[in-house]
Amino acid sequence: MNILDGLLKALQLIFSGDPRIVEITLRSLFVSGSATLIAALWGIPIAMFLGRSNFRGKFLVKTIFTSLIGIPTVALGFFLFMIFSRENGPLGFLGLLYTPTAIIIGEAILVAPIVVSLATSAIEAVDPDVASLAKTLGASESQATFAVLREALDGIFLAGIASFNRAIGELGVAVFVGGFIAHVTELLTTGIKLEIDSNNIDVAMALAIILLVMVFGINLALNLVQRRKK
Amino acid sequence: MTPIAELKNVTKAFDDKTVLEDINLKINQGEVLALLGPNGSGKTTLLKILAFIEKPTKGEVCFDGKKVVNRNFEQLRLESTMVFQKTILFSASVYDNVAYGLRIRRTSENEICEEISRALKLVRLEGFEKRQAKKLSSGEQQRVALARALVLNTKLLLLDEPTANLDPKNASIVEEAIAAANRELKTTIVIATHNMFQAKNLPNRIVLMNNGRANEVGTPAEIFGKLSKTLASFAAVENTYRGTAKMTKEGTTSIDIGNGVQVIATAPNTGEVSIFVSPEDIILSKNRLESSARNVFKGSIIGIQDLGSVVKLRIDVGKPFTVQITKGSFHDMRITLNSEVYLAFKASSVQII
Repeated sequence: MNILDGLLKALQLIFSGDPRIVEITLRSLFVSGSATLIAALWGIPIAMFLGRSNFRGKFLVKTIFTSLIGIPTVALGFFLFMIFSRENGPLGFLGLLYTPTAIIIGEAILVAPIVVSLATSAIEAVDPDVASLAKTLGASESQATFAVLREALDGIFLAGIASFNRAIGELGVAVFVGGFIAHVTELLTTGIKLEIDSNNIDVAMALAIILLVMVFGINLALNLVQRRKK
Repeated sequence: MTPIAELKNVTKAFDDKTVLEDINLKINQGEVLALLGPNGSGKTTLLKILAFIEKPTKGEVCFDGKKVVNRNFEQLRLESTMVFQKTILFSASVYDNVAYGLRIRRTSENEICEEISRALKLVRLEGFEKRQAKKLSSGEQQRVALARALVLNTKLLLLDEPTANLDPKNASIVEEAIAAANRELKTTIVIATHNMFQAKNLPNRIVLMNNGRANEVGTPAEIFGKLSKTLASFAAVENTYRGTAKMTKEGTTSIDIGNGVQVIATAPNTGEVSIFVSPEDIILSKNRLESSARNVFKGSIIGIQDLGSVVKLRIDVGKPFTVQITKGSFHDMRITLNSEVYLAFKASSVQII
């Protein structure tokens, strides 16, 4: 099958609303979205702390997080596989291996350094007097913290997009802890790999097109929303 | 009447550096109190303590009859607000900036809308609601910051050098808004400044601050009438000169302040002295006047600053003098840069420090 044939068939699959492709797409969105949210939940408080405090070793901590952005997904996936392994992994008793939950946890770990690093930079860029300003206007400590976060929103937003992109496009973690279980853990990336191995180039191409369109589309939509707000 | 705020033996230190030392001060309801002092004298820290964003290291603060403790610290923030010298705005519209404190106070959106248009009117920014605050000119930004504080109608309004970075037009709008808040809303105002004109004209009382201490407290007449050593030590004081004094045959004192300028004073003195002449005590004329004034100098205008109802002029007579005249006189005399003018002031207006 040549590329053009593959492309035509892929478009046919997409526009006919093939149930399997729809299912994989939705699952990918759910898994990456959840991973990004979880990473933000624990990454933003860390960023808030790093961005607003000064302590010995802060530079080192920031450097570690920045370095972790480049962690190879295969290595992380492999370690998580060992940890979640049902036979002798320390967390094997949870029965998470080859479930979407395991992929979410893995991807949340994978993208957290992106959230921490980018959000820390954004928070550091906020005028340090914003918190004091909010307090002069009556804000409590938590309300003042929230005012700082709101000033850093553009950067935090960027951190979220970058994390989501990394999560939805990664393969290593998804393969190791999710496997290729149809209707359970199959994602766009693992689907592409599986279909190529099975020589179904048209389906692989359809999934690849969806992946690309989604990454571009979501970024475009979010950026437009962001621009309209200004 | 109970003072709105009272500081008892308040000391504040950051790490090992003491920035406020043993401050005892009562702020009366409805007054405008100026903290006058050079940079680094502790004015801003004192304001931050009164705004409840800093806690004193030692001493006690009472607000509206209540002792300030950890338990009521955040609550009291709602009663006092501060405008910083450096304008800080949220990345939002003028409306959302001014609404911030009202939203914290859970004011209804209808009321917020009304209050905001009233506050913006006070700083002459009507119709600016939808503009992005950070895209305004620096003078307009400072006025937004002032409106954001005024709209809260707090018991205490703290202003840190509110006109220091402003051009005269914006400065006079800000000063008028401050005066209106005190007059109409009866807001108690504490204003930190190193601007002598502001200290002389706006407040009921002045606290002279230097090196973290509140050295003297008094009415402007008391403070400026008997110019104190603290006041003279400020770098920014206008019309303050060093010179050598000697007694004249007539019993007056002649002070040589350099560049051929001899100033006559009534107070007897000899040797090295500092003198001060209040800018309002100087009479300005286009021609030499026949008068009782013992000090008459010819000079040219080297600076003009519009302060709203008055104009501040810098005149070089060999030494630069600052003179304050009304806007009306300024126009009548058709003064421009480099105009030749005469200065005259009485020997009794020269204060030897």
